Amino acid sequence: MTGLEDLYREIILDHYRSPRNRGELPVPPAHRVEGFNPLCGDEVVLYVELDDGTLSDIRITGQGCSISQSSASLMSAAVKGKSISKVRGLIRTFKAMMSIHETCLGEDSEGASSNGASSDKAAVDLEALGELAALQGVVKFPVRIKCATLSWNALAQSLDEIGAG
Amino acid sequence: MSSIACKADFPLLSQQVHGRRIVYLDSASSSQRPQVVLDTMDDYYRTTHANVHRGIYAIAEEADRRYEGARMAVGGFIGAPDPEHEVIFTKNTTEAINLVSSSWGRCNLRAGDAVLLTDMDHHSNIVPWLTLAEERSLELRWLGIDEQYRLDLSELDHQLDGVKLVACTAMSNVLGTIPPFAQIAERAHSAGALVLADAAQLVPHLPTDVGSLGCDFLAFSAHKMLGPTGIGVLWARRALLEEMPPFLGGGGMIRDVRHDGFSANVLPWKFEAGTPPIAEAVGLGAAVGYLESTGMEAVRKHEMNLTSYALDTLSERFGENLRIFGPPDAEERGGVISFAYRDVHPHDMAQVLDQSGVCVRAGHHCTKPLMRHLGVSATARASLYLYNDESDVDALAEAMAKADTLFG
Ligand SMILES: Cc1ncc(COP(=O)(O)O)c(C=O)c1O
Repeated sequence: MTGLEDLYREIILDHYRSPRNRGELPVPPAHRVEGFNPLCGDEVVLYVELDDGTLSDIRITGQGCSISQSSASLMSAAVKGKSISKVRGLIRTFKAMMSIHETCLGEDSEGASSNGASSDKAAVDLEALGELAALQGVVKFPVRIKCATLSWNALAQSLDEIGAG
Repeated sequence: MSSIACKADFPLLSQQVHGRRIVYLDSASSSQRPQVVLDTMDDYYRTTHANVHRGIYAIAEEADRRYEGARMAVGGFIGAPDPEHEVIFTKNTTEAINLVSSSWGRCNLRAGDAVLLTDMDHHSNIVPWLTLAEERSLELRWLGIDEQYRLDLSELDHQLDGVKLVACTAMSNVLGTIPPFAQIAERAHSAGALVLADAAQLVPHLPTDVGSLGCDFLAFSAHKMLGPTGIGVLWARRALLEEMPPFLGGGGMIRDVRHDGFSANVLPWKFEAGTPPIAEAVGLGAAVGYLESTGMEAVRKHEMNLTSYALDTLSERFGENLRIFGPPDAEERGGVISFAYRDVHPHDMAQVLDQSGVCVRAGHHCTKPLMRHLGVSATARASLYLYNDESDVDALAEAMAKADTLFG
């Protein structure tokens, strides 16, 4: 089952079993946004708090498969305490890593360049992603990409709604 | 207990996935087709195709003959007393139910009227009524579910008071539950209500007779009963269909068109606007022929035995780790087995099973109200059909055990 081990890396299962930054924050000052996958019913609810150009706190609730929930947990650990521009950059990099197949499938390919997969792959700086790189195996399972990107889309939406650069 | 239909009749079942024999356990979502259905459709296109109801030349007449022949075959299959007029071809179950809600519903339901639905129905038999309820200020009522995953009928007569229509599944696509439809229909009729059967899961798996079911409307899809996609059926009592206005407007459904209006064609074409799915109807006719030659009693018996085998095999092997959502007795249910395994999310389970070539569905199965009732967001679902056998169930059990290795 080599394929599956690519998908279910130990670090992913760890974040699934013990999700980080689980819970809620008072709204306001926090901003609340929901991400929902109508096809499979996965959902994440993000509570994001900004402080002087920094994403000072984030909490997550919701339920779904190991990929959607671990991705949300990994994301929360990666973005907490980072400057907004760093967070924006991470979102772009993560989405690029996930868009390799999204582009091929003709789905939403925000952040992917028009001339296709290989150049995106080259452009993805896996090192910058740290632990998040564990999720790269997801691209081999195209129907699960939406699970992995659910919380990231919600975070991008949250920053847009707050109007954070 | 081998399968009653030869797997070799179904070309897709000899495919390999991930280097393994495909174990297809998703027929409740869509079945596979036997060679005879593919051949019949192919032959139709190669030798006969022309538009129906229009041409005065040999192949057009033959196309007409095959199309109308399929209607008669389908009517015979469900015991329709007047198949020539009562069997309407639609796109699928969903469109058949929308036809009823738009045409019959708009004519017959007024503010304050009630429609009785159930907590185990498919979105196809909920959303059209939600839409109409909003438009017409209808009251929607819901039959609940008991601990045995049966419809809770304890308040039925009370709930029927003032109801104009009962729209109810004849077999749940998640629980497998087969409600006592004839009894519900009889009590509904006594209360002055009409009854619609969502038979998308019934017609493919059990002998179906509209007379003994006691329904007024019956909807189902060809693709779940060995036929092609793109075609479904609405059966309704002729007297009702005669009174109902057309659903979609266009060619084929008219008798006359003037600047100031039109008059509708006779049944069944009044409800078949535009060029119909002709090859698909012909393919459905062949699917019906295949099922009839196997015998629906035999199909039901096989699926009951195999369902018992599956329920026993899975509960013995996985014990407390497995939760099955549905009646425990195969007599009361079809071969749809929804389950939760430990804390493994259904999507992850489906992914693990796929690696062994086992195809199951994971998700809400278009039954969000039911998921809410069960207190889950999704289930994994294995569903059986006439081409499945014990080896498929064994493969499922083997593959499920692999989730332990991954999820520890
Ligand atoms: C009980 C039930 N009703 C309705 C439907 C909808 O069928 P279709 O998608 O062919 O319209 C299904 C199929 O998923 C079903 O199982």
